[in-house]
Amino acid sequence: MKLRTSHYITLAFLVVFTYFYRKDGLVATSVLYTAIQFALPLALAAMVGVMCERTGVVNIGIEGTMLFSAFTAFFAGAIMKDTVQGMFVGVFTGAMMGLLLALMAVSWKMNQIIAGVIINILAAGITSFYYRQNYSIPATLHPIDLPVVGAWPILGPVLSFHGPITYFGILFILALWFALYKTSWGLRSRAVGEQPASADTAGVSVTRLRYMNVTIAGAVGGLAGSYLALEAVGIFERGFTAGKGFTALAIMIFGRWNPLGALAAALFFGLTQAVTNQLMIDEVVEIPPQFITMLPYILTILVLAISAGKVRPPAAEGIAYEKEKS
Amino acid sequence: MDAKQGRKLDFSPILVPLLSIVVALEFGGILVLVQGINPLLAYEVLFTTAFGSFDGIAITLAKATPLILSGLAVAICLRAGLFNIGAQGQLISGALASAWAGYTFVGLPALVHVPLALIFGAFFGALVALVAGVLKAYRGVHEVITTIMLNSIVIALSDYLTSNPFKEPDQPLTRTPKIQDSAQMPDLLGLPLGFFLAIGLSITLWWIMKNTTTGFSIETIGRNKNAGWYAGISVKKTVMLSMLIGGAVAGVAGAVETLSIVGRFEPAFNAGLGFDGITVAFLGRANPLGVIPAAILIGGMRASASTVQFEAGAAPELVDLLLAMILFFVTAPLLAKFFKNRKESVAMTSGWSN
Repeated sequence: MKLRTSHYITLAFLVVFTYFYRKDGLVATSVLYTAIQFALPLALAAMVGVMCERTGVVNIGIEGTMLFSAFTAFFAGAIMKDTVQGMFVGVFTGAMMGLLLALMAVSWKMNQIIAGVIINILAAGITSFYYRQNYSIPATLHPIDLPVVGAWPILGPVLSFHGPITYFGILFILALWFALYKTSWGLRSRAVGEQPASADTAGVSVTRLRYMNVTIAGAVGGLAGSYLALEAVGIFERGFTAGKGFTALAIMIFGRWNPLGALAAALFFGLTQAVTNQLMIDEVVEIPPQFITMLPYILTILVLAISAGKVRPPAAEGIAYEKEKS
Repeated sequence: MDAKQGRKLDFSPILVPLLSIVVALEFGGILVLVQGINPLLAYEVLFTTAFGSFDGIAITLAKATPLILSGLAVAICLRAGLFNIGAQGQLISGALASAWAGYTFVGLPALVHVPLALIFGAFFGALVALVAGVLKAYRGVHEVITTIMLNSIVIALSDYLTSNPFKEPDQPLTRTPKIQDSAQMPDLLGLPLGFFLAIGLSITLWWIMKNTTTGFSIETIGRNKNAGWYAGISVKKTVMLSMLIGGAVAGVAGAVETLSIVGRFEPAFNAGLGFDGITVAFLGRANPLGVIPAAILIGGMRASASTVQFEAGAAPELVDLLLAMILFFVTAPLLAKFFKNRKESVAMTSGWSN
């Protein structure tokens, strides 16, 4: 990983960790644990963006995908009284949302930004209409006590005892990185995102690959939504994703459309939030809660303002592919 | 525009939105049916409440007023190829600023106070939009993300301001003091003055878009940035100007709502007005005049949402659902395919890197 971002993040991480560790070891590990919890949905949602945009489809509907999936995951889990089944419903919903985006963006050749915004508004409209109070899931997904790692000093309590989606998500991000750069699927996907005409000439079906990747990405967004509803808090509210899908896009750009880069960027975002929370609890600084709410949004804008001019998105992104006309 | 392009009269700008509303209502009906509610009854209540009586129409037009303006805010930016989904934040900023101007200045005559408060609204709406405009013009940051983020920032910031420095003293609610009587916008012919202001602004902007160089520049960079650049139009300036106009109009929407309906700033009150602007703009095909009927329709639906709950048992979020369906069908090119001569005229926003 040749990202300078990662150096900054490592440095920030070390400074923060030393600061808290000198005060209280338990607090230090809990801040890092919380940072991972904040980071995971953002990282997963950023993967949705990476997968879509690498094949040339802009997905601004991540927010809606997560919201709708969180909604179905939660209510399916509550009605079936089974959190795990709820999660599968959430993932399936996400895939369907991805399919809808693919339909609009690839087949109908709609403007992809508008297609994404439609997904967001549809998700907000449908979830707020069908939302009901007084439902609850039996339990959040059980955290897993990692063997061996869990017993490590310092890192053990940070890395262990997260929920199953967290571990699966991290493995998925690593696998996605591998697949994108080391397999023929990845090569094809990137080719379709950069030079669809050439990929087409080489015998890759642009339409099919875009459909496939956008749908799978949707499923990942569904997993991120399920994480929020079933693993992180165990509730659902209207407008519950609170802009995370948009922050994820900034994280994707910050991470230069690279899964590992985006993971690092997400950890940075997560760490910032965890640290702010801790500082507030310790009453080191007195920040009105509204400013804590604002933090990720301001960070998103700042990150984009700094990195937008410096990074290059996939060349064919946002453009519907038209076969050469005769 | 259509008259210039082809001799034949083109009805599709009217037919496509109408058809999409019908299809959206049908699909929405199916979704309502799932809830065990009779959609026909719900729709009947919805439309008779909104348009069935003079009082109903007056309420509808009052509801439509901020929507005309927020729709206009989105539409003007769409013309420039910018997708301003930040009308919500700009509107809230304008609402808070006008409320502040409304309660702070004492002893002004209404003829001065109302315009002053409106200008405050326009200015602070434009200020929020300008952040997105500058970032777009100079850093190439996509306006969709910045405007959405700005929405959240403005909401949090206004919540902070109304619960601390601008809070009405000695009571528990998060809200500003009431505006002075001199800042209250009066009614005209039984309709809020803001309604006429909104219509006036629509016509003015329509005229500007059609007859001035500014309008031409905006249209040109909306169609093709490179062409605009070759023609000597400053793309950066035009992008910022369009966002400024959009933001100012959205700010006025918030100000009008504050000065004529709410009478103070309360965070919960302006919810959704800016977001509905997106649907209004698309339904009105990004035409400054087209947003008027679109806003009246949506205003009517919003105005009667609670009656629908009372009489047909459907949650008031039914309207959110229907609006989402309308937006889906009005933007999806499915219906438009029936009209072969139609040329794509709105919304050419593209990927991140422009």
